[in-house]
Amino acid sequence: MTIPVEALLKKKARFQRDPERVPEDFHEELFRIEDEGDWIVDRVPEPYVEAPTKYGRPKKVPVAGLWHHKSCGQCGHIPGYSTAIFWVMRKLGLDYNDPRDQTSCTAWNYYASATSNAAAQAAVAMRNFAAAKESGYYPLIHCGTSYGHYKEVREELILHPELRHEVARIMAKLGKPMVMPEEIVHYSEWFWAMRNEIAAKQVRNFEGIAVTVHPACHYYKLVEGDAIYDPDVYGGQRTAVVTGVAEALGAEVRSYSTWFDCCGFGFRHILVQRDFTRSFATMRKIEVMKEEANPDVVLTHDTGCVTTLDKSQFAAQAHQRNVGVPVMSEAQFAALAMGAHPYKVCQLHWHSADYRPLLEKMGIDWQAAWAEFQQDIKRLESGEAEFLTWEDVDA
Amino acid sequence: MAVTTSALYKSGHVAGFEDVPFEEKQRLFDEVRADMRFPDYLYGCYECGICVAACPSARFYDFSPRRVAQAAAREDVELVYQQMQEDIWECSQCFSCVRCPRGNNPGGIITIMREVAVNNGLASAKEALEGYSRIIYKIMSTGTQVSPDMLQPDAFPDWGPEVKDVSDNLDLWRRALPPETLHTTSTSWAVDDRTLVELYLIWFETGALDMIKGVDEGLHMILEEVMEERLEEEGIER
Repeated sequence: MTIPVEALLKKKARFQRDPERVPEDFHEELFRIEDEGDWIVDRVPEPYVEAPTKYGRPKKVPVAGLWHHKSCGQCGHIPGYSTAIFWVMRKLGLDYNDPRDQTSCTAWNYYASATSNAAAQAAVAMRNFAAAKESGYYPLIHCGTSYGHYKEVREELILHPELRHEVARIMAKLGKPMVMPEEIVHYSEWFWAMRNEIAAKQVRNFEGIAVTVHPACHYYKLVEGDAIYDPDVYGGQRTAVVTGVAEALGAEVRSYSTWFDCCGFGFRHILVQRDFTRSFATMRKIEVMKEEANPDVVLTHDTGCVTTLDKSQFAAQAHQRNVGVPVMSEAQFAALAMGAHPYKVCQLHWHSADYRPLLEKMGIDWQAAWAEFQQDIKRLESGEAEFLTWEDVDA
Repeated sequence: MAVTTSALYKSGHVAGFEDVPFEEKQRLFDEVRADMRFPDYLYGCYECGICVAACPSARFYDFSPRRVAQAAAREDVELVYQQMQEDIWECSQCFSCVRCPRGNNPGGIITIMREVAVNNGLASAKEALEGYSRIIYKIMSTGTQVSPDMLQPDAFPDWGPEVKDVSDNLDLWRRALPPETLHTTSTSWAVDDRTLVELYLIWFETGALDMIKGVDEGLHMILEEVMEERLEEEGIER
């Protein structure tokens, strides 16, 4: 039987969400619990941008005064990701806090090994939220898994008073208040909210750069109602973050059929069972993208997705698979558009898939840029400087 | 009933895991069902297979989130035990399966089953966590999971020559990062001492540290010693 593709697409153009699936707005419970004295709701500071979410509820995305809840995978293995987020915020002249009083959400380990439990996971989240509140800044979550897991934790704490009270007991022992943010905000939501301000500072022309987007599972599948959807992006059927930024920068976003598939990260698989990860990432994602969309770059918005889609390509090349496309976050992509240095800021030398043809297409002389970076490395090696500073990267 | 006869189940000698008395399987299932999240994750099953179609692990393994949801819903103690010994570690925990039209969360049920497998020292948990101890040690003792110094060519030979470049230049390349918190090599970022102590207290108070005992006693001993020493230095009583 022939699949009626045209008829299906026509039907989807008028896509409307099933009203029976619309979740209740959790804010009523959030504030009721505050009224009962079980926690303080950390209000989104002004100014903020109101963003449309999957079922229409407007979400407040704060602009400045942000406490950067960093990602262990980004900072550890793809540090240009975190650096680009900070750099863009600095370029927009916005104040932020890069804390040391922050632990990982520990959810990567939890989803990999289950060597933790609901109370521990909730206590880790609440400790970080309290630390943000104490600093006077509002949490901005860098990692998609942290963001997804913290939304799960919020649901569990709302639904189960006994868990709330157990976590409150532990927080009292730590001398910290129980704090729940009014909105749990992912950095890619901030980039989406600020996409026009970012585009206004664009210095490199991205017309003709073909992009495919991998939306991160833990961003929009886990507690789906919080994710940003825009009727003007994919007809509101896929999350608008990342894509909205790429489009604002003038890149050409191309679709592909396996967009809903995960990247193959698997949490434990990426570390101890990578045959699955490599196979899935290349056969269900990269190869499909190459065949159907032939992108210049794959953009995504989570730690594990960048790592998986980037690193899995090397071994696949040995098998003559149809791979070979650079992978980065939209934060690095936006930073490059705004004139960021590919090595000093975006730290692309930590990536595996060949990004040099992309840089050339962007009009960046990567050989000259690498030579500049090497000059800085020599300064560090000779002891002339101990660290590369923010001033250095824009020199 | 210690021996299963239905064609749906694998008997112990075929299955590759030790069979146990039915009462033990029932006890493990009761532990899964007693988790406060269990009723939030399971509402019955249409058998529509949407979760399987969305599942990455189902494409590469003999694995089905639908079977997991059904076994739990039917309270099929034998099958749940088999899944705890064979299936649960294949799940990718991506939660693609939560597009279930009934609102089930098979990935969440698996999270609970894994916790029970770890808590009870099941063979599947021990096997799944072999080679993973270093990562548990890192996250529980330092508060960040994947440190830059874990990027070693012998650990990631399939990630290309860039891993060796990173490893060879690690100290310099970390110092070439403008954010001041990222100049670390053994942790993802610089974590305050006080923050770490608070994390240790969380592991002790919630029983998360004790969970390790059943799957890796040596690791548990090391972690407990490291954490107790640090808490003592801070003058904190548990």
